[in-house]
Amino acid sequence: MNFSITVNGIKKTVEADPETPVLWVLRDNLRLTGTKYGCGVASCGACTVYINGEPTRSCQVPIEDAEGATITTIEGARGRVAQSVQQAWEELSVVQCGYCQSGQIMSAISLLSRNPRPDEADINDYMWGNACRCATYQRIRAAVQRASEILES
Amino acid sequence: MVSEISRRSFLKVGAAASSLVLGLGADVLSAKEHSDAEFTPFVRISVDGTVTVIVRHFECGQGTATGLSTLVAEELNFPLAEIRMEFAPAAADVYGRNGFMATGGSGSMRDAYIHYRSAGAAAREMLISAAARSWQVSPENVNLNNGVLSSIGKSAPMGRFVVEATQFPVPAKPQLKSSEAFTQIGNPEIGRIDNKEKVTGAAKYAMDMHLDDQVTAVILRSPRFGGKLTSFDVANVVDNPDFLRAHALPNGDGVAVFAKSTWAAFQARDLIIAEWDFSKAENRSSDEMRADLLSAVNSDPEYHAKGSIAGTASALENATQIIEQEFYFPHLAHAPMEPLTCTLARTETGVILYDGCQTPSGAQAVLSRMLQLEPKQIKIETLFAGGSFGRRANTGADYHREVAMAFLLFGGETPVKLVWSREDDIKGGYYRPAVAHKVRMGLDGTGRIVGWDHRVSGRAIFKGSFLERRMVRDGIDLGSVEGITDTPYSIPGHYVGVTDERSPITVNWWRSVGHSHTAYVMESMMDMAAAAAGQDPVSYRLSYLMGDSPDQKRLASVLRLVAQKSDWDGQVPEGRSRGVAIHKSFHTYVAEVVEISGNANDGVKIERITCAVDCGVPVNPNVIEAQMEGGIGFGIGHIMRDEITFTNGEVDQFNFPDYEPLRINDIGAIDTFIVPSVEPPTGVGEPGTPPAGPALANAIAATGVRVSHLPMSTNGVEFV
Ligand code: FES
Ligand code: FES
Repeated sequence: MNFSITVNGIKKTVEADPETPVLWVLRDNLRLTGTKYGCGVASCGACTVYINGEPTRSCQVPIEDAEGATITTIEGARGRVAQSVQQAWEELSVVQCGYCQSGQIMSAISLLSRNPRPDEADINDYMWGNACRCATYQRIRAAVQRASEILES
Repeated sequence: MVSEISRRSFLKVGAAASSLVLGLGADVLSAKEHSDAEFTPFVRISVDGTVTVIVRHFECGQGTATGLSTLVAEELNFPLAEIRMEFAPAAADVYGRNGFMATGGSGSMRDAYIHYRSAGAAAREMLISAAARSWQVSPENVNLNNGVLSSIGKSAPMGRFVVEATQFPVPAKPQLKSSEAFTQIGNPEIGRIDNKEKVTGAAKYAMDMHLDDQVTAVILRSPRFGGKLTSFDVANVVDNPDFLRAHALPNGDGVAVFAKSTWAAFQARDLIIAEWDFSKAENRSSDEMRADLLSAVNSDPEYHAKGSIAGTASALENATQIIEQEFYFPHLAHAPMEPLTCTLARTETGVILYDGCQTPSGAQAVLSRMLQLEPKQIKIETLFAGGSFGRRANTGADYHREVAMAFLLFGGETPVKLVWSREDDIKGGYYRPAVAHKVRMGLDGTGRIVGWDHRVSGRAIFKGSFLERRMVRDGIDLGSVEGITDTPYSIPGHYVGVTDERSPITVNWWRSVGHSHTAYVMESMMDMAAAAAGQDPVSYRLSYLMGDSPDQKRLASVLRLVAQKSDWDGQVPEGRSRGVAIHKSFHTYVAEVVEISGNANDGVKIERITCAVDCGVPVNPNVIEAQMEGGIGFGIGHIMRDEITFTNGEVDQFNFPDYEPLRINDIGAIDTFIVPSVEPPTGVGEPGTPPAGPALANAIAATGVRVSHLPMSTNGVEFV
């Protein structure tokens, strides 16, 4: 079946089985591979994208439910918050293998968009679902706070 | 070791018209002559001044790409941030160690420290010589900084002299900078080289490969290790237009399922019905496995790995006090964030493998055998690896074997992308084996150790592996006893016995290998001994590290440092407890103090961890700290709550919900302190892991509960 979605500002028509998760449509059909597959069961957050502005585990949303939706992936992350987050991530060398980090960054951007000055507990609460097998957590906490500083300045 | 390499080093130059390529002669690493190994290109400098470092290891997050590039950057006086890195092609005679190209044993920096610096230094000298000749000044009067060659009244970008530089002989012994002159090595401000692409989603992993005409293959594997396929049926796979076909694997290990997309392949596989022959399979449940291992450590050992069993027995007879403890460690999966995957495609001259490849030589050997090609016809393009923790390297090269079978089954022309799901990964074996230990330790009236009888039973990891010659001695697999037999502690009456366990479950090295369990036992026992002796755990340990050997001195010094930085002698805050553990692994010395709040019954919270590390010259302090943080998190997360268990041979866990990764709220701040050192650098990818678990266990023991069977969460400890 054909579905239309707007991805990173560009309108796309994709042909896919209606049950195909958005994750695989992005990766296999649209070749937007910044969004990662880590578990497929909503347990790691590596696949986090924004669907109609809401941070969403794309492995859980069948493409039929995303018909007409606006989707933003890491490749399309733009704006002051996104920039601050990416800059903070670089400054603090948060990444190790990096495989979870698109998801971490997408979650961090939406956290800061809702709460520009999160404390440690806020960060832990919000980022809980983004697993990092390399255990970069303390740098993630520090980088979210650094991004918040950058945003304020 | 370093000076020996440096004496034998020589450099050769590749005079490509537009760039200067430098590296060490292959002869440095192997006595044999290699006709086609003209030079090892570690560094390439283009006429436009671009510096590219060719990294001979894979990058799974451990920071090797940054580390090796820093070495070149330092000697070339060129900022790391502007260096490009590239993964080396699979050419073991050029990039391998002893003819084998692989990454492991936290050894990349140890081996590269002189090689990569020499390459950078030679390039610097040759560029300077070229400029000096052209400007008619003495080379001493030419400087190279930030890509600019300069002398009195002259300056030019170094790219201008690249072609001329290649006409100079490569200095046999380029002058390496003295450590006082370092501006990048040891500089804590220097970050990773791969930040940018990894924060923008641009970094390419093997999972991101997509060749236009590829098919995706997933494998339906036996639910029990050692099971063999007898038949399968695809009749249920309907309404899946992207499903292509399915074939039995020729070795009986399963069914290869082919589809046009990943999702379609997963969906089709779920509907295939397969029958298996389990007559040779592992059919036991975890309880039986545990009972078998514990019975082995309570019996006569198969091998004597250290000391005399009779001598220790008589020492124990004379002891005033005996401390006896069994330990049990479950199977563990590596679960790297990127599940296993690779892509194999035909080329004009052979094939190309796209992979986050940890063992290019292993993959080449397997693929060349299976595809009947010469190893050099197997090209490997190494991409970023989304973690490994040891999983991507194994002797059978399991997933390379699978991709080769799938490639041939599909006709041997169409590119095949093999994909593992997370469930495949959790259930797919190559685990850290389950291990049991039993220690009987005797103390005299003053609390001094008089005898230590230590028995271990688990699967021998290295037997039958490509590391067997190095890691198995007189039948004793070092993967079972490393960290015990070679402990830096002066332990009188130390006996170590080993019994190998046998099972079709595939096992493998897992971040820190044997140290992942031996450190837990050693450091739990030392704590129990200190408690029985009524002494402080830090001073008690120090009293067994009073000798002059570098091992004892360096281990003692990280212990003193961690005690100081964690304020060990100060007042423990109300409601808090602390535990300490130290361990040497992979030539690196680490001490950790874990501070918790709460207790085992009401819930433990890990509040703060202090870590001290001596890894020789700290090349990239930022990476070292990151590896300590990651190694600690990896160690502690599994010890808290992870295990792979079996029911009638089938793995009980399926995915992250029941093989729960460490989460951001599980762990407080980790402060790492690096011991200044001029010793040759050693690895940091693994050594942070071993002390983390026992330091936590010792902190919990301070609240009254000694946990000796893991994971903690199913053995009486709640975490909050
Ligand atoms: S892949 Fe979607 S949450 Fe893990
Ligand atoms: S950086 Fe490797 S999983 Fe997070």
